[in-house]
Amino acid sequence: MSLTIQQVEHIARLARLELTDEQKEHYRGQLSTILDHIAKLQELDTRDIPPTVSGSLSEMPLRTDEPRPGLSIDVLLANAPETADDQFKVPPVFE
Amino acid sequence: MTVTPMPSLSSLTLTQMKAGLERGEFSSRDLVQAALDAIARLDPSLHAFLQVDGDRALAEAAKADQLPIANYQLHGIPIAVKDVLTVEGMPCTAGSKILEGFIPPYTATSVKKLQEAGAIVIGKTNTDEFAMGSSTENSAYGRTMNPWELSRVPGGSSGGSAAAVVARLVPAALGTDTGGSVRQPASFCGITGLKTTYGRVSRYGLIAFGSSLDTVGVLAQNAEDAALIFSVMAGHDPLDATSADSSVPSIDLTRRPERSGAKSKGDLQGLRVGVPKEYFIEGMQAEVQEKTRQAIEQMKSLGAEIIEVSLPHTEYALPVYYILAPAEASANLARFDGVRYGPRSEADSMWDVFFKTRGEKFGEEATRRIMIGTYALSAGYYDAYYGQAQKARTLIARDFDAAFSNVDVIAAPTTPTTAFVAGAHADDPLAMYLEDVFTLPANLAGIPGISFPVGFDSQGLPIGMQLLGPRFREDVILRAAHAYQQVTDWHICTPKL
Repeated sequence: MSLTIQQVEHIARLARLELTDEQKEHYRGQLSTILDHIAKLQELDTRDIPPTVSGSLSEMPLRTDEPRPGLSIDVLLANAPETADDQFKVPPVFE
Repeated sequence: MTVTPMPSLSSLTLTQMKAGLERGEFSSRDLVQAALDAIARLDPSLHAFLQVDGDRALAEAAKADQLPIANYQLHGIPIAVKDVLTVEGMPCTAGSKILEGFIPPYTATSVKKLQEAGAIVIGKTNTDEFAMGSSTENSAYGRTMNPWELSRVPGGSSGGSAAAVVARLVPAALGTDTGGSVRQPASFCGITGLKTTYGRVSRYGLIAFGSSLDTVGVLAQNAEDAALIFSVMAGHDPLDATSADSSVPSIDLTRRPERSGAKSKGDLQGLRVGVPKEYFIEGMQAEVQEKTRQAIEQMKSLGAEIIEVSLPHTEYALPVYYILAPAEASANLARFDGVRYGPRSEADSMWDVFFKTRGEKFGEEATRRIMIGTYALSAGYYDAYYGQAQKARTLIARDFDAAFSNVDVIAAPTTPTTAFVAGAHADDPLAMYLEDVFTLPANLAGIPGISFPVGFDSQGLPIGMQLLGPRFREDVILRAAHAYQQVTDWHICTPKL
């Protein structure tokens, strides 16, 4: 199958990726080739087969819900590009 | 294929280091200094490391030398860690520009357990960006060279760890295996690589790629050393909800297989080895087939029973993997947005910060996989792609279940070819994906595997074979690999550097 440039733009928008026109064309070709290969799966009859939704077969144990010491605000903010008043700072969300 | 004539301290195995420390032949400081010297001499041409913290390692060694040795399994031994696992205070990039400058505030549980047993982390090794790749060429910080031939790739994504071990910079290094990223580089570099059972080793502190597939493993000179690291880092961790609540057996490598009688003729007497015909196919390098078959014959001469098995859905593993892994990656990598960590590309609105930061800082392979995954999960395509892949995954896991009802381990080539030349797949991502065709199925089934060297091709490049075992039976594959390594010396061959 061959993706259109509009489809590539739609995917990039969903994934929050800014692409140049050249990149869009580049990925359009490559993704189409990969999707062609993946399409092989459609030939498999899986009507009565349950999906594997996790890597674990066994039940995953939950830990007890008890408070425990965490990292301090200073430590958690140390890697952020911009902070203010003990919070992550971002440019305006709304105009 | 030469054995280092004058072994320096850094070329000792982990077990030899442990024994030498116990006998007082050398100190932890000596070992750490030898590793740092080897890195200073060789890493400029190999680029196995992204970070080396010599001062910190020497300080830890000085402290270790003051403590009693007997209490610690890995007392004072230098190791390296793939740069997708966090070590508090040591920069962690995952091979990506989007995490440049990130300094983790906590240590991964797998690393922490090794540190608590006395191991000293000497540095972080190179990886394909977010562990996505089979050559370590996708690192944003430059590729790692294969120590056997610098123009070739070391495999990936744990290529830095594999190169560091075969070049004898460190005795062992942690890696991660989502689709073959421990076994394939172990194979390309001629060392031993253990992929653990899904859930066996905590992933707390591992930068997530494909959450239903990611496992932490180890690259070492031999199965004995891999077993030691494994037994220390395995086990339940309350901080990782997917870590299994099963006990970790202490691994006795000299124990015979369960079915062996009292009068066993060889170390593998009673072990049933399955050979899947789907892993010996047209188009693969003939020498890889040949050396793998010879290794299987050798296991037979040690008493193993060889049984042909079939894993009929093997051909679907690649399409299943390249839906599930990118889908999970597209969700996991959503957190990298220039807000909480990593660099930010400035823009006027928050949305534009997301678009610009991600567009500029993710490399090509990460971008490609995010897009495949986003597409596979998008409205209208979910059932056809993701849903169908999850069902096909069940069929692949059932293949293994059926095989393991008749055999104890499965033996197969780790890769279709030996190490390829850097740049060979630069414009063909699908060709790169096909390099993983023999390693992906184990991740889909969640089972453990070990790759170890079984010979060389005509160009002097190492060939690896993998043994796959049932879930939580790392002990069986480690013992079998160890038995093989007792009668062969492929694993002690090192490149001339």
